[in-house]
Amino acid sequence: MSGYPLLAVEDLTMHYQTRAGEVCAVDGVSLSLERGQSLGLVGESGCGKSSLALALLRLQPENAQILRGKVLLDGVDLVSLSEEEMRTYRWNRIAMVFQSAMNALDPVYRVGDQIIEALEQHSNAARQDMVDRVGELYKLVNLSPNFIQRYPHEYSGGMKQRAIIAMALACEPDLIIADEPTTALDVIVQDHILREFGNIRKELNMSMLYISHDMAVIAEVSDVVAVMYAGKIVEYGTAEEVFNKPIHPYTRALMSAFPSVTGEKHELATLGGEPPNPLDLPSGCHFHPRCPFATDMCAEQEPPTVRRGDHWADCWNPPED
Amino acid sequence: MAAAAQPTSSNEDRPLLQVEGLRKHFPAGASRFRRNERFIHAVDDVNFTLGRGESLGLVGESGCGKTTTGKMLVRLIDPTDGHVIFDDGTGEPTDIATLRGKPLKEFRKHAQMIFQDPYESMNPRRTIFDTIAEPLQVQDIGTLVDRLDRVMEMLALVGLTPPRTFLFRYPHELSGGQRQRVAIARALIVEPSFVVADEPTSMLDVSVRTGVMQLMADLASGLGIGYLYITHDLAVARYMCSRIAVMYLGKIVEIGDTEEILRSPQHPYTQALLSAVPVPDPTVSREAVKIKGGVTTLINPPAQCRFYPRCPIADDYCETNDHPPLERKGQEQEVSCYKA
Ligand SMILES: Nc1ncnc2c1ncn2[C@@H]1O[C@H](COP(=O)(O)OP(=O)(O)OP(=O)(O)O)[C@@H](O)[C@H]1O
Ligand SMILES: Nc1ncnc2c1ncn2[C@@H]1O[C@H](COP(=O)(O)OP(=O)(O)O)[C@@H](O)[C@H]1O
Ligand code: SF4
Ligand code: SF4
Ligand SMILES: [Mg+2]
Ligand SMILES: [Mg+2]
Repeated sequence: MSGYPLLAVEDLTMHYQTRAGEVCAVDGVSLSLERGQSLGLVGESGCGKSSLALALLRLQPENAQILRGKVLLDGVDLVSLSEEEMRTYRWNRIAMVFQSAMNALDPVYRVGDQIIEALEQHSNAARQDMVDRVGELYKLVNLSPNFIQRYPHEYSGGMKQRAIIAMALACEPDLIIADEPTTALDVIVQDHILREFGNIRKELNMSMLYISHDMAVIAEVSDVVAVMYAGKIVEYGTAEEVFNKPIHPYTRALMSAFPSVTGEKHELATLGGEPPNPLDLPSGCHFHPRCPFATDMCAEQEPPTVRRGDHWADCWNPPED
Repeated sequence: MAAAAQPTSSNEDRPLLQVEGLRKHFPAGASRFRRNERFIHAVDDVNFTLGRGESLGLVGESGCGKTTTGKMLVRLIDPTDGHVIFDDGTGEPTDIATLRGKPLKEFRKHAQMIFQDPYESMNPRRTIFDTIAEPLQVQDIGTLVDRLDRVMEMLALVGLTPPRTFLFRYPHELSGGQRQRVAIARALIVEPSFVVADEPTSMLDVSVRTGVMQLMADLASGLGIGYLYITHDLAVARYMCSRIAVMYLGKIVEIGDTEEILRSPQHPYTQALLSAVPVPDPTVSREAVKIKGGVTTLINPPAQCRFYPRCPIADDYCETNDHPPLERKGQEQEVSCYKA
């Protein structure tokens, strides 16, 4: 078991077939995540964050195909498992909380029963043990046990998201993948949920892949950060390195465009151009049409990896400061 | 366009909008057998003023009544009660809360609304030209040729260039940022003096958002438009608005100069809201938000302070007295709290 990181992704590549053509949503992604660590994946909409999460769990839709690469969990390659074997990993080892998960609760069943049903699919425990387990889980996510017997419409948005998190934690997974779990929630509720994640992670020594387009949320939840642009990870490092000494021009642009309520009111930088069209990606470095540091080389060839210790970025002309 | 920018009439320092006792009560669950006595107090006694060419941010959590307030101010819905004195210097001050017929149609030339999701407010089968020209058509302004010129001008103004390449495209052929620019062009084509912008950038990515924010700010100062800028994002409000109003369950609980409120929020709700905003710096660890979970129902709510059930500093006085009035606390700050 030891010797391996909990999760190691190597050169993972996934395409979607669409009527308009082929979309390379995940393009040669490599990452690793240690036990107990949290990795923040940040990028703008359409860059491939959710696609990467789906590919890790092998839950990609029918029109998608994993072309190459490995997803190693404790050294076992999930990509090469049979669907049967894969099923024993989902929920048990890797659980997920998706973007719209709170809307996935079935309105006609009590929330507690829905969690028990999910448990039944992954465990042979006796019914009463499962009922007790739901009670524990509710305590863990700070929901009143009185709500176990209630229906989804009696829950607020934040409570539903907590119930979904409880469900994801039911089998004490090693890794939880959370895809924009607070995007639809108000800041005060978001604050509560983010703290919940932090506490639970410590308590269970769980790893987390946290996906968001919000730089501030990523700064708060992550030990390490990966920045994604047009299907590729363009920068990777500890949260402190990426936020305080970003290498990639895109990461820098994201940060200087981000308004903050604290500190001096700095001028917000405007990044020109539009996000790339996935059906017609720019040549060389995909960011070159919008990059203030671009040179001819950037349009011609894929950029090399610049390393500063464990912190790296793919760029021809990494700005010094 | 310059007309709205430079009010020429003598009452130049009158505010653009003076909102007094504005309310919207929606009926809640009336039935055939029971006369309705239950109302959702979505907006409940709201008072503020908005200067000409000023941007006021309206912030607060989902469902607190921001959109309902905005819609009343441009008369997309009718207020239940209250006055909205509108005076952009081009005519007599008018209470637009109760306007009907022709004067209401005339008012719509001066007041426009931009929505969060331009997809919902655009007909997918209409070209960009038709979409932007629609308010002119509704108001029966100009010939087709005039309208074409105006639309080209507006496209250039909102940065969709060269304009002719956009004229006959359809909304789905544009990116989110471009669609929001079209929505802005449509709102501004009648040269309004007042615009309600309801979360106009919340669906946009950061890298595109700044451009749209910048555009709106430039147009506001260049054309002298007064904005009510609705957002749940305090950081965005900070960049767009010189003043902000914080709303909680149908009431404005704090209003004043943006920087002053961010520096020293007085109302316990504003304090909680601010302390919950994540900070984009991994070395900072925020303190936990001190606020309880309960909520007041908006259906026939009790007379006491709306924030009472969640307030960390509430006492017996708050429990037994009516919702506190807005009172001046700082230099520019007004707060509705007995203990602030
Ligand atoms: N047409 C309507 N009929 C009944 N209730 C309504 C109607 N429109 C709004 N409400 C209620 O009025 C309250 C305020 O709604 P409003 O849409 O103004 O909130 P908001 O602050 O804009 O929220 P958000 O941030 O989610 O957009 C809510 O309780 C809402 O459910
Ligand atoms: N089911 C699908 N079929 C075809 N294309 C898809 C599908 N899901 C996502 N895509 C495309 O893949 C790219 C990445 O999408 P996604 O992973 O959802 O991005 P993110 O989560 O970062 O917003 C986008 O170009 C998107 O349009
Ligand atoms: S490789 Fe070139 S275009 Fe890409 S980010 Fe670096 S400098 Fe910019
Ligand atoms: S009036 Fe009382 S209950 Fe209301 S916010 Fe102030 S302290 Fe809290
Ligand atoms: Mg996504
Ligand atoms: Mg709204």
